[in-house]
Amino acid sequence: MGITVVEVTKQFGDFVALDDVSVAIPEGSLTALLGPSGSGKSTLLRVIAGLEDPDSGQVLLGDDDVTDQPARSRGVGMVFQHYAAFKHMTVWDNVAFGLTIRKRPRAEIKQRVHELLELVQLEGLAKRYPAQLSGGQRQRMALARALAVEPQVLLLDEPFGALDARVRKELRAWLRRLHEEVHVTTIIVTHDQEEAMEVAGQIALINQGRVEQVGTPRELYESPANEFVMSFVGPVNRIGETFVRPRDIDLSLEPDSDAEEAMVERVVHLGFEVRAELVRHDGQHLLAQLTQEEVEALELERGLIVYVKPSRQTVFTP
Amino acid sequence: MIARYALRLGALGYLALLLLVPVGLVFYRTFEHGFHPAWAAVTNPQAQHALWMTLIIAGIAVPLNTLFGVVLAIALVRHRFPGRGLVNAIVDLPLALSPVVVGLALYLLYGTGGWLNTLSQHGIKILFSLTGMTLATIFISLPFVVREVVPVLREVGTDQEQAAETLGAAAFTTFRRITLPAIRWAVGYGVVLTTARAIGEFGAVSVVSGRIEGKTETLPLYVQSQFEGFNTTGAFAASVLLALIALITVLGMRLFRPTEEA
Repeated sequence: MGITVVEVTKQFGDFVALDDVSVAIPEGSLTALLGPSGSGKSTLLRVIAGLEDPDSGQVLLGDDDVTDQPARSRGVGMVFQHYAAFKHMTVWDNVAFGLTIRKRPRAEIKQRVHELLELVQLEGLAKRYPAQLSGGQRQRMALARALAVEPQVLLLDEPFGALDARVRKELRAWLRRLHEEVHVTTIIVTHDQEEAMEVAGQIALINQGRVEQVGTPRELYESPANEFVMSFVGPVNRIGETFVRPRDIDLSLEPDSDAEEAMVERVVHLGFEVRAELVRHDGQHLLAQLTQEEVEALELERGLIVYVKPSRQTVFTP
Repeated sequence: MIARYALRLGALGYLALLLLVPVGLVFYRTFEHGFHPAWAAVTNPQAQHALWMTLIIAGIAVPLNTLFGVVLAIALVRHRFPGRGLVNAIVDLPLALSPVVVGLALYLLYGTGGWLNTLSQHGIKILFSLTGMTLATIFISLPFVVREVVPVLREVGTDQEQAAETLGAAAFTTFRRITLPAIRWAVGYGVVLTTARAIGEFGAVSVVSGRIEGKTETLPLYVQSQFEGFNTTGAFAASVLLALIALITVLGMRLFRPTEEA
């Protein structure tokens, strides 16, 4: 079921969390709400869930206007950053909660919980309490719990924010596979552009309560709508009014009429990818991204003088 | 090493000297002449009546303050309403006021010339009756459940409640299945404190009861009256009875201790 947000505004006192936000989430998609902390992305998710009432505007699930419906009748599944595990219940009871309160037949609950625990790979841990699980396991349990009631949309509020980097990476890949299997319309809130790009098919970039751009990860990276989008979705060099990605800086040992002289300040090896920090003679600092092979060919090292030329640059006309 | 033992010894010594010795002495003096005199002292009609009064008053005050305390705690932590700060302060009033003052306040309110004295003219007797004594006890033992539950509610946060809501739980279901289990231990501890206070209350009840022997006398009042009448065995035996009720409450509440949390 698709989600449509129409001109939603939400204030907390003087703070404008959402400023006339409209966004459409296609049915079956996995969309990321990306933005810096305090940008309003979580508030938007909570408005969609019904946990926060908008001051004005509408929320539509499919064709139904659910703006005035309470969270419990919207048919959304929600996963929270800090798991929101029911601490006094076992994994099994946590997952079964939504079905138990709906008074579904026992056999049905049993079968459904079994399926879900298998789906999130927690079959052996059904009798454990949340305190006996790792963070990643708790979050998978929370996902199974949200999926148990067969929600029309799945809302994930920084679901991997509290996990360590390795577990995060695993769970991202796992979430993508899960989405391919379950195919429920999903929104994931994150402040991590890498996470958004890796997981989502569509990204809505939010800043200061407004939607800056909506598009595929590639569209955001290749044709950013403005300066904010450009600098948020990846590293960028700003030279006066022009913006250049580190990947688009060409280095050469030979002087060239339109290349500028620069000195290598630092070379950082990140496996296959290498980052070179340069300083131009006019004091402008530049970040260049190269491959291991390029670095070897140039014999790049600290103190070396190189000639730099942007192969592609972007200028935003206001 | 020595410092650690000294610390332990100091703490235990302090406890023993100030708590165990006096209480132990009461037990010793009670059974000094054997079990029978003590048994006779607590089974005479006046003592029996006092015991009943204490149990009835606690039986009304404790459930009421538990119910009200939980509701008040939820209101204070989960809702924003005008006058919230004031309510928060008023809850502590019974702890800050001397119980005698509380008793006097009720006396002024319901007694001759008091604002609510008209009640007694309509045949509703507040002062020198079970009603007044119960009111005084409710007033005095009001803060405990609230004060135990408020920090736990804050600590637990709203995440679990919101998760339950998105899963389709109505407000009462969420309270019963999620909130209540989370605060269960705090409520239990609050009940212990409320009960202890309710059965032990002397000052406020003493003022409003009029201390009519065999009519408006609770166990603590009975202990005092026996002590003043030089019936030390009776006084000590009733004291032991009070201590036993407290012990039973504490043991009963241990059943509420959370088992699963690590």
